[in-house]
Amino acid sequence: MKPFDYFSPKTLAEASEVLSRYNGDAKMIAGGTDLLLKMKAGRLAPKAIVNIKRLAELRGITQLPITNNLSIGALTTLEEIKRSPLIHQHYSALASAAATMASVQIRNLATVGGNMCNAAPSADLAPILIALNAVAVINGVKGERRVALEEFFTGPGKSVLGVGELLVSVEVPKQEGKSIYIKHSPREHMDIAVVGVGVAYRGFNPLAQQAADVRIVLGAVAPTPLRAKKAEEEVMSGSLTKERIERAAKIAAEESKPIDDVRGSVWYRRKMVEVLVRRGLLGLVNSN
Amino acid sequence: MVKKFHLTLNVNGEQKELLIDPRRSLLDVLRNDLELRGAHRGCDSGDCGACTVILNGKAITSCMTLAADCDGDSVITVEGITPADGLHPVQKSLVEDGGIQCGFCTTGMVMAAIALLDSIPHPTEEDVREGLAGNLCRCTGYKKIVEAVMNVERK
Ligand SMILES: Cc1cc2nc3c(=O)[nH]c(=O)nc-3n(C[C@H](O)[C@H](O)[C@H](O)COP(=O)(O)OP(=O)(O)OC[C@H]3O[C@@H](n4cnc5c(N)ncnc54)[C@H](O)[C@@H]3O)c2cc1C
Repeated sequence: MKPFDYFSPKTLAEASEVLSRYNGDAKMIAGGTDLLLKMKAGRLAPKAIVNIKRLAELRGITQLPITNNLSIGALTTLEEIKRSPLIHQHYSALASAAATMASVQIRNLATVGGNMCNAAPSADLAPILIALNAVAVINGVKGERRVALEEFFTGPGKSVLGVGELLVSVEVPKQEGKSIYIKHSPREHMDIAVVGVGVAYRGFNPLAQQAADVRIVLGAVAPTPLRAKKAEEEVMSGSLTKERIERAAKIAAEESKPIDDVRGSVWYRRKMVEVLVRRGLLGLVNSN
Repeated sequence: MVKKFHLTLNVNGEQKELLIDPRRSLLDVLRNDLELRGAHRGCDSGDCGACTVILNGKAITSCMTLAADCDGDSVITVEGITPADGLHPVQKSLVEDGGIQCGFCTTGMVMAAIALLDSIPHPTEEDVREGLAGNLCRCTGYKKIVEAVMNVERK
């Protein structure tokens, strides 16, 4: 590992200041479970490391007043998400997505902020958070801005964060409908997703058997987490029959843009998108 | 020249003050500065769990943690849970139930099991398998280890 300057700021303002001063050559560290791997492998050699774990502004899972939205601080660990009663009660698909990740030792270190900002196409929390219509709350020297999480990712390892900007929290709207996350990986634990699928809808009309505000989000099958918008339209175009679900699943597979790699081929990933989207939609319908 | 970092760490109940290179992992500092060699260096990438210690009450992989990030924190290693004149109940159970062979993974297993039993005092087999999913063992095939951890409270 190349030498680096080390900072452990106590406030958000101080952190942004250091990050801006290094003008892109500084890296923040939260859990370090993505960053340190890259640094150990020599794939990354920042001039400075900024430990953001002492920033109180980035902590906590809270229900916001008035909107009742849930605010999840960027430093919230995967294990905290897995165990939080508030998340279990209202966003159980998010808790179960966290439960599919890594091991308890890694989940105690790894943060939701790191999972988003590392911006791996396979990041497990991305599809479900986007399906739940989450917003990224970002802060930097110029102040706070909010970006729909769907627009946060710009490419593998890339996000909309500018120099000196930090992810403060992700905010999830009050959950009214149903949601599910399905991860497909060869091993049950300690493996990243070959395909991940998050599905959520906000309303369901039992008479018409029709779902409203459906969001289908695919992980690990495109440069960024991907909304399968045509498949969503198909789902919302009429009653949720088995045939419509089959059609939507096929459309989602066509919308995906996977690559061949050690974990799976293009053909296999497409096929698994179809299988998992179908399974996800059927799961939601059957739980009505 | 690398600017050294002044690290304050509570290790097994004792306050330690160290000057370290900020690049160093918690595992490296424990083993080489504090001579606590119970936590092992296996994969050095968070996959094998041989380096598991308890940081502020939670099991973590110490190879994937910068020591500097732990300034002011408390660490418990396998040396800290082992009584001077015997064994911790988890260690005893592993010995009695044949959950140990070469021993390389054992210290990590012990720490992960202690953290697990701390949060779930009466775990199911599934809880134990889940709680030890981040600890690789190449000798035992896991069955005996899982049984030993399940049996701790019954002994
Ligand atoms: C053994 C192992 C198993 C794993 N399994 C999985 C898995 O199953 N699924 C999965 O999705 N991932 C997995 N991961 C990857 C990793 O653990 C997660 O992506 C984790 O959530 C990263 O969080 P972190 O806090 O450790 O990030 P860090 O490594 O600290 O940071 C990652 C990146 O994000 C930046 N960053 C962090 N926080 C912020 C912030 N608040 N604002 C701006 N930038 C920030 C950092 O500068 C860095 O570039 C695994 C990793 C390991 C080592």
